Amino acid sequence: MSAGFYEVNGKQVPHDEEGYITNLSDWSKELAEVIAKQEGIDMTEEHWDVVNFLREYYDEYQIAPAIRVLVKAIKKKFGPEKGNNKYLYELFPYGPAKQACKIAGLPKPTGCV
Amino acid sequence: MSDVKKFLYVNRKPPHGTIYALESLEVVLIGAAFEQDVALAFLDDGVFQLVKGWNTEELGSKNFQPAYTALGDYDIQKVYVEKESLEERGLSEDDLLEMTYEDEDDDWAEKSSIRIVSREEMAQIMRDSDVILSF
Repeated sequence: MSAGFYEVNGKQVPHDEEGYITNLSDWSKELAEVIAKQEGIDMTEEHWDVVNFLREYYDEYQIAPAIRVLVKAIKKKFGPEKGNNKYLYELFPYGPAKQACKIAGLPKPTGCV
Repeated sequence: MSDVKKFLYVNRKPPHGTIYALESLEVVLIGAAFEQDVALAFLDDGVFQLVKGWNTEELGSKNFQPAYTALGDYDIQKVYVEKESLEERGLSEDDLLEMTYEDEDDDWAEKSSIRIVSREEMAQIMRDSDVILSF
């Protein structure tokens, strides 16, 4: 992917060469659906739980959590059947922190390569 | 992991004016992902990084203060703050952010990560560390 734009309701939203949006304030639910589609993901309620959780986390701490931290925090909030790597990788096959953050309109998690 | 090293991140600069504080924080977050034994030290003007209520947003920089309170999620349980540095700046522990972690060995009880230490103790902490990264 190269830097470019997502098309949402006739509006252009700029993203970087990895697909993360440039201005965090550009995010909307419609945009999330567009990014998810490009990532090959059909957004279900379970996907939204993770995406919404990430947005809340970022709002509070100003950082996108690393995968280990995400798993632990999800476990705390939603229980062990969701707070584990297997479940989260099934939802987001290319990396829950990386992919879900992209859909949530957050920067790539620190320490993620 | 068999080869766990003791990392100490030494912070000596205030949060404003330079990028050191933010860069240090980023490196800490990266390092914490590798499950090493991580401790943070705040001394000299670095103690200002932990003082409640600053905001770097109007400098055109992300306000990264809230991120310090997330360090507990990254299993960072040792935040050493030098007593003399606080006193020289008219500060006390009450001026500092609340930083906590959950103790796995104590039924996940929430405990403070901040440990006020003397200059002498700080020197010993440095001697006991395997890797020191200074910002």
